[in-house]
Amino acid sequence: MDNNVLIQMTDICKVYKMGLVEVPALCGVSLEIRRGELMAIMGPSGSGKSTMMNIIGCLDQPTSGEYKLEGVDVSRLSDDQLAAIRNKKIGFVFQTFNLLRRTSALQNVELPLTYAGISGAERRRRAMAALEAVGLGHRLDHRPSELSGGEQQRVAIARALVNEPSIILADEPTGNLDTKSGREIVGIFQRLNLERGITVVFVTHDPEIARHTRRIVRLLDGKIVGDEPVVDMRLAFEARGGAG
Amino acid sequence: MNLAESVKIALRSLSANKLRAALTMLGIIIGVAAVITLLSVGQGVQVLVQEQIQSIGSNLLFVVPGNLSAQSSGNLRSTMATSMANSLTYGDAKAIADPQRVPDVQAVAVESFMNTTVVYRDRGLRTSVSGTTVNYPQVRNHKVAEGTFFSEEDFNGGSRVAVLGKSAADALFPDGYAVGQTIKIKGISFRVIGVFASKGGTGFGGVDDSVFVPLTTFHTKLTQRRSATGDYVVSAIYAQAVSENRMEAAMEQIAQVLRDRHDILYESDDDFTVINQKDILNIFGEITSILTIFLGAIAAISLLVGGIGIMNIMLVSVTERTREIGLRKAVGARRRDVLWQFLIEAMVLSLAGGFVGIALGAVGSQLVGRLSGSLTPVITASTILLATGFSAAVGLFFGIYPASRAAALNPIDALRYE
Repeated sequence: MDNNVLIQMTDICKVYKMGLVEVPALCGVSLEIRRGELMAIMGPSGSGKSTMMNIIGCLDQPTSGEYKLEGVDVSRLSDDQLAAIRNKKIGFVFQTFNLLRRTSALQNVELPLTYAGISGAERRRRAMAALEAVGLGHRLDHRPSELSGGEQQRVAIARALVNEPSIILADEPTGNLDTKSGREIVGIFQRLNLERGITVVFVTHDPEIARHTRRIVRLLDGKIVGDEPVVDMRLAFEARGGAG
Repeated sequence: MNLAESVKIALRSLSANKLRAALTMLGIIIGVAAVITLLSVGQGVQVLVQEQIQSIGSNLLFVVPGNLSAQSSGNLRSTMATSMANSLTYGDAKAIADPQRVPDVQAVAVESFMNTTVVYRDRGLRTSVSGTTVNYPQVRNHKVAEGTFFSEEDFNGGSRVAVLGKSAADALFPDGYAVGQTIKIKGISFRVIGVFASKGGTGFGGVDDSVFVPLTTFHTKLTQRRSATGDYVVSAIYAQAVSENRMEAAMEQIAQVLRDRHDILYESDDDFTVINQKDILNIFGEITSILTIFLGAIAAISLLVGGIGIMNIMLVSVTERTREIGLRKAVGARRRDVLWQFLIEAMVLSLAGGFVGIALGAVGSQLVGRLSGSLTPVITASTILLATGFSAAVGLFFGIYPASRAAALNPIDALRYE
């Protein structure tokens, strides 16, 4: 078993039942993601990329096929076991940030640690470190409504980061942001990947984001139709202030 | 996630919508306030009854005009109507006092009431004036604190002397020194010769507010109420049985004598009622139980409505916070974490309502006590515990459904919910 293989999906199918009709969302998908990868899963809407993300993120389970996360077959685990895996091994970043309103940035970031059973000073320390890592060390007590869109997404990244997950899944993380903050967000992901070796998977239809990764997997109608490396990855954080 | 943390989260999300939380709690507040008032007043009544019974004295039987027991015990109006009947006389009392005919009664006192105004100089007091016999303090177990009660000579001579209850004395003579003063009842002067010690409470034949004069004086100077044979009409006869276990026999003997004297053939035609302490206790018990049922119904309905209100708001809250639930699940909340979160929120709502209700109930019962005058409501730790338990149970019961709905949400759908 290759220790560098983080995710091993073999012949994954996902079929949704809409009443009596069965709608296949993914069909025969096999994919390997290695530790430290920075990649994008691309495809138009309806291509199955959301389903793909849900399965990778252990929010959903495949109808058939095998999904191994760090060598553990998670496709047959119970809801509570999946919750534990999401808590410890997976970080989510959503298009709409999904921060808790009326809750400070720090408390938002502490949330996964709460469910991990970490409390008190340790929780606070780790949440602060995560916020500092995304450059928000000075905004700990601000509420989401007091932060800009880019800052909110950075809080969300800190929240995804705080439990030191094996993989961060970012679902259209720049979709609700202007170009400049979008680039900053992509830059943060790149930096986390390059400097800390954190595995990052973007799920997007935006080729601009995809160009900032090292590998692009293309989905169409529930099948993988392309899987190629990016030859000249652009760096978002070096491009800051220059020509994007 | 520990309890303190869950409670903090619940408080935070409730404080997000304070007005809504307050309105939701209202049902619980009213319900618990009713429970507290009910229990504390109920306990106060019990204490009062015990005090009354003790103050009445042991082995005491009451004979009152009218038939209380036969047709309608508990119908107060008929009781009031019949008690106006002039069916008991001083002669009846003397017959009961005859040891040949009523061997199980050792002493008999009578009392005639009237409501009138008693005047001392420029001070007036609307109160009850009683004509009574010399042995009244002994039979009723009342103690004279200052001066003396009237004597045999006062009684036989129809002296214009009066003994005051403690409250009456305080009202007429705020500075004390009642004994030796002259008061006017219906324009006739009476010399105050004594003041009773305070008994507390009012109830049947309460002594504190009353003014006592000799029966003879009462019927010659203050009223002309006579029976057909010219005898004094009395409001009540008090008979002291020789001992506790001869009470039943004494009651029977008294009834027999009175039936003879009143030419009554059948028990159902009695124009008098002999009451012992147990009967009085029963009357109190009846009033208390009506009160209990009434307040209990309010409490139950209010708690039910309050609980439904909580359920309703929690369901709204679950829907409003679908995305939050989805996110919590995505970052690792298990089913039971979400279940507990909403359950604790419901319980915090109902418990907070419960505590406000306890405070309100305490105020309410004090108010009832103030209004009734003689009643001192008793709030015990167990009452508070019961109310707290009740409101927690309501929160738990009505919170379970919304909480389990939240816990059952699929995180994918929840995250996508608009």
